[in-house]
Amino acid sequence: MTLLETTLRVNGTSRRLEIDPRATLLDALRERLGLMGTKKGCDRGECGACTVHVNGRRVLSCMTLAAMHEGDEITTIEGLAREGTLHPVQQAFIEHDALQCGYCTSGQIMSAVACVREGHAGDEDEIREWMSGNLCRCGAYPNIVAAVAAAAQVMEQHAPI
Amino acid sequence: MISVLAPPSRAIGVPHERLDGKEKVSGRACYAADTPAERLAYGVFALANIPRGRIAQLDVGRAEHAAGVLRIFTHENMPRLNPVSSPPAGQSLLPLQSDRIAYEGQPIALAVAATLEQAAHAASLVRAEYEREPFNVDFRTQLERAVEGQSFFESDTRVGDVERELAQAPIRIAQRYRTADRHHCAMEPSATVARWENGSLTLDDATQYVWGVRMAVAQALDIAPERVRVRSSYAGGGFGSKGYVWPHQVLTAAAARELERPLKVVLTRAQAFTAHGYQTASEQALDIGAERDGTLRAVRATSINPTSRFDDYVEYCALSARSLYAAPAIETRHRVVHVDRSTPTPMRAPHDGVAMVGLEIAMDELAYEAGIDSLELRLRNYAQRDPTTGKPFSSKELRACYRLAAERFGWSGRNPRPGAMREGRVRIGWGMATALMGTFRMPASARVTVESDGRVLIEAGTQEIGTGVRTIMPQIAADVLGVPIEQVRIALGDTTLPETGGTFGSSTTMSVGSAVLDAATRLRDELRELGAHEDEDLGAVLSRSGRTSLSADGAWSPGEEGDFSMHTFGAVFAEVRVDEDLPIPRVSRVVGAYSAGRIINPTTARSQIQGGMVWGIGQALLEESSMDPTLGRYLSKNLAGYLVPANADVPELEVIFAEEVDAHASPLGAKGIGELGAVGVAPAIANAVFHATGVRVRELPIRLEMLLA
Ligand code: FES
Ligand code: FES
Repeated sequence: MTLLETTLRVNGTSRRLEIDPRATLLDALRERLGLMGTKKGCDRGECGACTVHVNGRRVLSCMTLAAMHEGDEITTIEGLAREGTLHPVQQAFIEHDALQCGYCTSGQIMSAVACVREGHAGDEDEIREWMSGNLCRCGAYPNIVAAVAAAAQVMEQHAPI
Repeated sequence: MISVLAPPSRAIGVPHERLDGKEKVSGRACYAADTPAERLAYGVFALANIPRGRIAQLDVGRAEHAAGVLRIFTHENMPRLNPVSSPPAGQSLLPLQSDRIAYEGQPIALAVAATLEQAAHAASLVRAEYEREPFNVDFRTQLERAVEGQSFFESDTRVGDVERELAQAPIRIAQRYRTADRHHCAMEPSATVARWENGSLTLDDATQYVWGVRMAVAQALDIAPERVRVRSSYAGGGFGSKGYVWPHQVLTAAAARELERPLKVVLTRAQAFTAHGYQTASEQALDIGAERDGTLRAVRATSINPTSRFDDYVEYCALSARSLYAAPAIETRHRVVHVDRSTPTPMRAPHDGVAMVGLEIAMDELAYEAGIDSLELRLRNYAQRDPTTGKPFSSKELRACYRLAAERFGWSGRNPRPGAMREGRVRIGWGMATALMGTFRMPASARVTVESDGRVLIEAGTQEIGTGVRTIMPQIAADVLGVPIEQVRIALGDTTLPETGGTFGSSTTMSVGSAVLDAATRLRDELRELGAHEDEDLGAVLSRSGRTSLSADGAWSPGEEGDFSMHTFGAVFAEVRVDEDLPIPRVSRVVGAYSAGRIINPTTARSQIQGGMVWGIGQALLEESSMDPTLGRYLSKNLAGYLVPANADVPELEVIFAEEVDAHASPLGAKGIGELGAVGVAPAIANAVFHATGVRVRELPIRLEMLLA
């Protein structure tokens, strides 16, 4: 398989890679760039563990090929905190105990940030619906909803984040 | 101020946020598949697609010549390994050791290549021809072949004259109840990274039991256990699937030894369905005799479950009937049917979590038959002692649970008539059930050290799989030493640390917690001997006595169960809403109150119980691994076909803990809660569905078509 030369811009840094055209964005982030915060739960678009932001929108990184993202602005969980300060969603997840094993958490948080920005965090029912693409087998859902609702308020006050 | 003799800081019992929360929310927590390694190779399994037969021919030529391929391991070139007994192995059959195929999804090859893409492609090129043999994967078609299985509890128990009591009982409920095959579906697929150096192996593994992995791998590979180090600093859930040791761990270690190169194998989601067990379906028969006032005269509970041809796994689905309700005559019996599938394994909540489905729906049927409120029926049959063994319970606050949960739920406002409560086109149902879960305790050891800066380090090999052990153990040590919890950290998940049991059976807080308590108490005593006094900084105590650190080892062992029957309990109330025309049941509210000993951290405990409740919702309404009986395989080996609850399936879940200290269960007074929350929820929902619709469903999961009149 001929390798493709691709530049991936992740968390504000550009990296030139020779990449297998079959490599998903998820596998490229993890196995090539060593960004292990983004998780693989299914590799088939069913669980949301691999959620990242591409040009500000939430995307399942297992469902898209790395080579298609030349020039895109990619943000992963590692790029969410600013100068060591946790993002309000990250902070809210700790305060509301919105995680147990933590394996779905990166994806939940990336989804939650987008969910709030999209304007889909109006009330608890709306949050439940728009966070349903991210499975949590530990069953932290009630606390995830509480965390997203709380973070939405903080984000509104400090917009834009 | 850090002080050793100050009054307890009272960390135990106080809500505390997770000390590992920051690592988890920032993507820094390192799970097995995240382990970095130089020259890492990737392995991907190819699986058999028939359930039974022999490999007649295996064509690996194309796979071997694919780009980047380092080796294709098959039964022809994988070294012969020692058999490992089950447990610690999850199943006794180890693939890649012969040409026999005993279940669909059994590995037939392990393709290893320089990159993940290359390995996956090579695995897809492996071709097998089989000599097929007749098979049967469906135990329900051969219940008459059920036999007694060998396992860790008694198969059968009997007290009183069940036959006579049943014959004389004016009310009789005799029904069959069914639960479905289910899968753990931990969000983290099992993963292992094997590295050999000078004849010693390090395995970074997604496991609930590092010592079990060490034991099994050492035995299989014929090396001394001391040459195997197993680590698991974070595991992404397990729920039983990572409790025992399964073929992928052993085979990865063996392949890495052959390759002389670090090897990473991460199972795919599809492979997870046949790689590490499942919760068996059950066929439960309940025969209950009662007086007109609901007082039980006899309970006969019989359960049959499938297991593999090569191992007996008994799901004890009549277990709860032995201990839950007072009755003069109780008989229980367990049988298994051997089928052409892989070996089942415990899954949150094993045994009682499945058993309570039949028993608690049957009790609801009895309540309606006798015309008694469901809660009142439970109270009338409340067991003061274990009705089978006659022993007192080590502690039991179930009566308080019934009261607390019923009040919070508003149970007294229930009109018991089915279909009586509605809101427009939506029928509302209220149902309840009891929860009971057996208590499992294991020996554990721990070390607690004060360092020169006054910080405290706990060392215990136990695993963090989401239960909060990185927070709970520091709470315990902080209380004993009188230091703030922020001063305490724990090193865990490593066979070089003091040995503990596995993270299963809801046993960690009791077992490891008691060992930490012991070690911290010894350390406190030693500090006192050094003349430590109130409000004195621990670091200052050390430097005064010319030391850079001070350690104490502690241990705990449960000893004999002895004179007590040990369980945790709960009372669960659920509300469902069912549309008149499109009767998809939706859970709108669950309230549970629990009797589970002393609660060390109410924050993580509440989360864990809520998580269990979510499992109950899945069990009641969603989860089922259906098999195609003609192909002998699962229909949906994915999370689109196997439905686990999503956020929108889960309503508000209220958790109440009854005040309780169980001094007999552990010196901490604590018991286990990891599984309890998953018990009782499904039958409460099934009973609520009956209340809403008048349709009595005796099979889980409840599907829309069962409710179409
Ligand atoms: S790993 Fe991408 S959706 Fe599951
Ligand atoms: S926290 Fe474990 S899967 Fe969500």
